[in-house]
Amino acid sequence: MNIWLSLLLIIVLFLVSLLGVQSPQLFGVVIPYAAIAIFILGIVYRIVKWARSPVPFRWPTTAGQQKSLPWIKANNLESPHNTWGVIGRMFLEILLFRSLFRNTKVELRDGSRILYGSEKFLWLGAMVFHWCFLIIILRHFRFFTEPVIEFVHWLQAVDGLFAISVPTFYISSILIVLALLYLFARRIINPQVRYISLFTDYFALFLLLAIAISGIWMRHFDKVDIVKVKELALGLVAFSPTVPDGIGVIFYIHLFFVSVLLVYFPFSKLMHMGGIFFSPTRNLANTNRVKRHINPWNPDVKIHTYEEYEDDFRDLMKSVGLPLDKEK
Amino acid sequence: MAGEKREQPVTIEDISHKPPKKGWMDTTADFRKGTYCYSGGEKFVKYLDLPFPREWKSYDDDWKLPENWQEIIFEGMRERLDKYRSFRVFMDICVRCGACADKCHFFIGSGDPKNMPVLRAELLRAVYRRNFTLAGKLMGKMAGARELTVPVLKEWFYYFFQCTECRRCSVYCPYGIDTCEITMMARELLSLVGLGINWIIEPVANCFRTGNHLGIQPHAFKDSIEFAVDEVEELTGIKVDAPINKKGAEILFVAPSADYFGEPHYYTLLGYLMLFHEIGLDYTWSTYASEGGNFGLFHSHEMIKRLNNKIYHEAKRLGVKWILGGECGHMWRVLHQYMDTMNGPADFLEVPVSPVTGTRFDHAQSTKMVHICEFTSDLIKNDKLDLDPSRNDHWNVTFHDSCNTSRAMGLLEEPRYVIKNTCNNFHEMPENTIKEHTFCCGSGSGLGTDENMEMRLRGGLPRANAAKFVREKFGVNVVSCICAIDKATLPPLFEYWIPGMEVAGVHEFVGNALNIKGQSERKTDLRGEPLNDGEVEEEIVEEGGKVDV
Repeated sequence: MNIWLSLLLIIVLFLVSLLGVQSPQLFGVVIPYAAIAIFILGIVYRIVKWARSPVPFRWPTTAGQQKSLPWIKANNLESPHNTWGVIGRMFLEILLFRSLFRNTKVELRDGSRILYGSEKFLWLGAMVFHWCFLIIILRHFRFFTEPVIEFVHWLQAVDGLFAISVPTFYISSILIVLALLYLFARRIINPQVRYISLFTDYFALFLLLAIAISGIWMRHFDKVDIVKVKELALGLVAFSPTVPDGIGVIFYIHLFFVSVLLVYFPFSKLMHMGGIFFSPTRNLANTNRVKRHINPWNPDVKIHTYEEYEDDFRDLMKSVGLPLDKEK
Repeated sequence: MAGEKREQPVTIEDISHKPPKKGWMDTTADFRKGTYCYSGGEKFVKYLDLPFPREWKSYDDDWKLPENWQEIIFEGMRERLDKYRSFRVFMDICVRCGACADKCHFFIGSGDPKNMPVLRAELLRAVYRRNFTLAGKLMGKMAGARELTVPVLKEWFYYFFQCTECRRCSVYCPYGIDTCEITMMARELLSLVGLGINWIIEPVANCFRTGNHLGIQPHAFKDSIEFAVDEVEELTGIKVDAPINKKGAEILFVAPSADYFGEPHYYTLLGYLMLFHEIGLDYTWSTYASEGGNFGLFHSHEMIKRLNNKIYHEAKRLGVKWILGGECGHMWRVLHQYMDTMNGPADFLEVPVSPVTGTRFDHAQSTKMVHICEFTSDLIKNDKLDLDPSRNDHWNVTFHDSCNTSRAMGLLEEPRYVIKNTCNNFHEMPENTIKEHTFCCGSGSGLGTDENMEMRLRGGLPRANAAKFVREKFGVNVVSCICAIDKATLPPLFEYWIPGMEVAGVHEFVGNALNIKGQSERKTDLRGEPLNDGEVEEEIVEEGGKVDV
């Protein structure tokens, strides 16, 4: 049900985007500007909201040996004991998905044994998708810069290493589609993941697929005038947008899906991109007993003092000869 | 074992990890006997000045909720979203990748999809989306939002008291989302409308009044310690000194109360007493701080602070220099991650220094509290103990990391070092079940009560199964641990899944192995079992001497 609904929504969005070629001003300028504005403001809003809630306690998840006695080898990456350790841990988490790499799969065998098999496909799928996505975004800078920054040339050369077809088919284009298809397939094939999946989970995957496929389609099958596209892109960047005539409909489809993604991003789970930086189980050092962590709202609470305790039990304590602060 | 008979025995064959056809938003909690905990007693709620004390039962239809209960919960959520970044971030960023799904011992043992950490959290998240996010307000169910109704509240109660706050899922989560934190928030919200379980609220009330969960009063505390002193004398011929409430002692020693009242905890206590005597430690017990454990952790942040306060309070009153803590899991989560922030700074104490080895425990320089395994491994490393590991030869040992000391502290090698130097036979359980991957006993966080036995057996299955594996492979006959809840709840768990497997504290091995100056011939171990007749078929893996980590 959720799958069909989200697919339906993508089709509706597609139909809307077909209007793009009729009103290029709206779809080429107004919507992209609005989308970027919502994207930036939305992200800022979300991050400010997170940042304004304090971190009252320091409780990293420790996944390795603490630093205690000097002769016991401490694990600074899995149980960081200084800022470098935290940076290293975050680096591994953000760039290499360290935690996902631990993934296992439980199997109940012969009705008596529980096995934990290594399960790296989710990690692989996630890595391929996210890295390809990043590379593709960076590749797009050739539309936004003139002269094109050197780095992008370099990236294109590597990404297009297997020079099949003209224009060159980028490795990342193929891989991102495969990774998204894998993530989608996993969502419907794995019964547990299917059970937890919401409409929004499918929608995000379909939207990204729509962007990827429309982009590939435009580059290889229904080619558009790339010079005009760049003219539009540079105009947008320079805040003096001009809309050249005659850019094909596929371009507007692609751009519209990207705009939808930008608008959707700050209000969705896609914010995990920013959230990981704020995750207290990962971004705090395991230095609790070394340095006091301050809770800005540390409340006063009702306690039972020793004096009250002694008042409660004075006779009993006296009867067995326990020392007392006050005899009566 | 369980006070009530289960309808059917729990078997691995019967567990199915396949979710039902019906979506999770359309199912409700089934309060099946053996799978939930009893409601918190009115008098304890009242004693602690908590809201809405009343008589109600978990299985009743009518929970006698206050009229504006939804408002109270929404207000409580708003307050916590503003106070805890963790809560806000964890509500927002889950992508439902499902990496956590089969990491939870309750899911592995029950197959109930709402025991997948992701769905447990979604129970709260769906209500958050409905009331605190634009998408949820506009799009409702499509955006994964859900109305907070009585059945949803009942699900909260059922499933958030079916999480042991073990943090295993948070190790695997790509964003480090910690279900423990989410469960803590949910339990606080439930408490706002007077919902809680008795196995938590009664120990908390006891602890607040008497200083310990079991409600042991000072004279009885003294009695148990003296009894243990006599026991040590019987075993070794040595009368050890065990001062109580002694002002001016160098060190305050705090242990979980089960150590002086429960079994097999008790043998750990004997181990402590023998060790402290042998090294001539100038220390004191306290009747007021007679509990290191803190069931407040399973109730609310406020309650953690209310119960924890006594430790620094007592250290100050007695004028000690620093504090030493016994074997306990959640106790150490509080001491390591909360105490200093909540009740510090402990500027009236000194940086802990071992009076025997001179080692300065710099890693505890602010909190001023050292774990007994850190303390003892330092003694062994510096050759201060005369150990005869052969007195543990009847044990073939494995070590079960408790959730909190591993995932909320990183205390992994210290206890292993102590075990390897006091026992000749040691084997690890499979690597996916130890250290940061360790499995909960299934009864932590206040769920270790008899009426919840079916769920405990299910939740404890992964741990029991790993222990069974090393028994079959290496002949392991004892699971050692440094957690009072483990010591209380692993025995019934093993009795069900792997009868004959024993449970022991690490300092029980220390007590067995330790030669005390002037001791009489040691004929039995601390349990009174005759020595030298237990044969271990396995070859001795690490022989004699010190074993380095």
